[in-house]
Amino acid sequence: MTKEEIITKVNQVLAEEFELDQALFLPDALLKETLGMDSLDLVDVVVLIDQNFGVTLNGSDFIEVKTFADFYQLLDTKING
Amino acid sequence: MDKRVVITGMGIYSCIGENKEQVLRSLYEGRSGIGIDPKRKEFGYRSMLTGLLRLPELKGRLDRRQRLCLSEQGQYAYVATEEALLQAGMDRDYLASHETGILFGNDSCAEATVIGVDIIREKRNTAMVGSGNIFQSMNSTVTMNLSTIFNLRGINFTVSGACASGAHAIGIAFLLIKQGLQERVICGGAEEVNLYSVGNFDALSAFSMREDAPEKASRPFDKHRDGLVPSGGAATVILESYESAVARGAEILGEVIGYGFSSNGEHISVPNVVGPAASLRRAIENAGVSVNEIGYVNAHATSTPVGDLNEAKAIAEVFGSSRPYVASTKSFTGHEMWMAGASEVVYSMLMMRNGFIAPNLNFEEPDEASALLNIPSRRVDAGFDMFLSNSFGFGGTNSTLIVKEFKG
Repeated sequence: MTKEEIITKVNQVLAEEFELDQALFLPDALLKETLGMDSLDLVDVVVLIDQNFGVTLNGSDFIEVKTFADFYQLLDTKING
Repeated sequence: MDKRVVITGMGIYSCIGENKEQVLRSLYEGRSGIGIDPKRKEFGYRSMLTGLLRLPELKGRLDRRQRLCLSEQGQYAYVATEEALLQAGMDRDYLASHETGILFGNDSCAEATVIGVDIIREKRNTAMVGSGNIFQSMNSTVTMNLSTIFNLRGINFTVSGACASGAHAIGIAFLLIKQGLQERVICGGAEEVNLYSVGNFDALSAFSMREDAPEKASRPFDKHRDGLVPSGGAATVILESYESAVARGAEILGEVIGYGFSSNGEHISVPNVVGPAASLRRAIENAGVSVNEIGYVNAHATSTPVGDLNEAKAIAEVFGSSRPYVASTKSFTGHEMWMAGASEVVYSMLMMRNGFIAPNLNFEEPDEASALLNIPSRRVDAGFDMFLSNSFGFGGTNSTLIVKEFKG
């Protein structure tokens, strides 16, 4: 799965789950603020990623994630190594 | 000095209607809400009979977080509570600025619990259950969710008293307001209706097997009854002090005047006569009325052989020569369990305010005890101004409420 494919799919998944317009998901936009995420939502994002990409994240994976671009990079690393 | 406790709002979501208007029509026209769910047989149930209702559509009414945390019965309770608050004239601004409590009856969260554990078992990772499951699978699911959705700041807990849960919730709210500890409490009962909810109840052979005639299956007090029909949904009753209602200019729909309770202290599932009779007497004494003033008794009668027999004996013993109309609305709905004590107050209120008594459907031949009671097999087009409602449950818990028309 290419990084572009990952970005396309994860944007679709997040837009559907958080009921938001994908146009808001800019690479430099802050992930948690844009999605309105609290600590509970983090658990749901872990489930979504597992269900859609077959990789299991944990809380510590998100420590360095600030923007959407950071999140895409995290997924690319987890999926493609 | 004790405060008077009045009803200013009601909401209902049940197998005979998704709001008060639909339910009133069903009661008036004698329409049963019972059918069959073939999935139950495939799953291993002995009986496919159940109350039939659909899940409400909440997208657009609640945000994602609120929907994620709501159990099935919580969804029903939300809809019923919205309806009740609308009637009471209490909007979000009012609730945010006036301390309001919530007490609901609920005694299971089977579906959420089973689904959550199944996921953990399969994935071997608790995170995969997601964030909402815990809030759906705790017994207090209804009160914890509704208190956050409606920003409630008063008393907040769930009453688990088996099939008397909803009635005890109203009873406790009544006492709190009467004593001046709360000015208003949203109370009610809720019951899940899914494959996982009552399989272990079906195991006791407690359910009717009249699968070929679902509308005939729930036949409280009839000699040929063969068991109850499980059902559910939610009912909400807004209780308020008389002073609070008057200050708001709210329409007063009725007045709760008595609450009785008792415990049988004997068998875990087989009821007796002494316990229910004690609950009835306590409610009547608490209300300070005579049995002659009560025009209608909404019986607990679920259509089980022993339960109905012993309740009929208890009612006959307590009421003596006074013979009020006695009927069980479970003949329409089946047994709404944790919800029943609250829904049956709503059903009785709708009848009292519209001047009729719904028939005890399928009451064709009395047994030795029901022959002592005045049970209408057809609708009675006559009003009443005070009713008594019984709710009894496993473990021998008994509850009785007395409500009257508000007369200033």
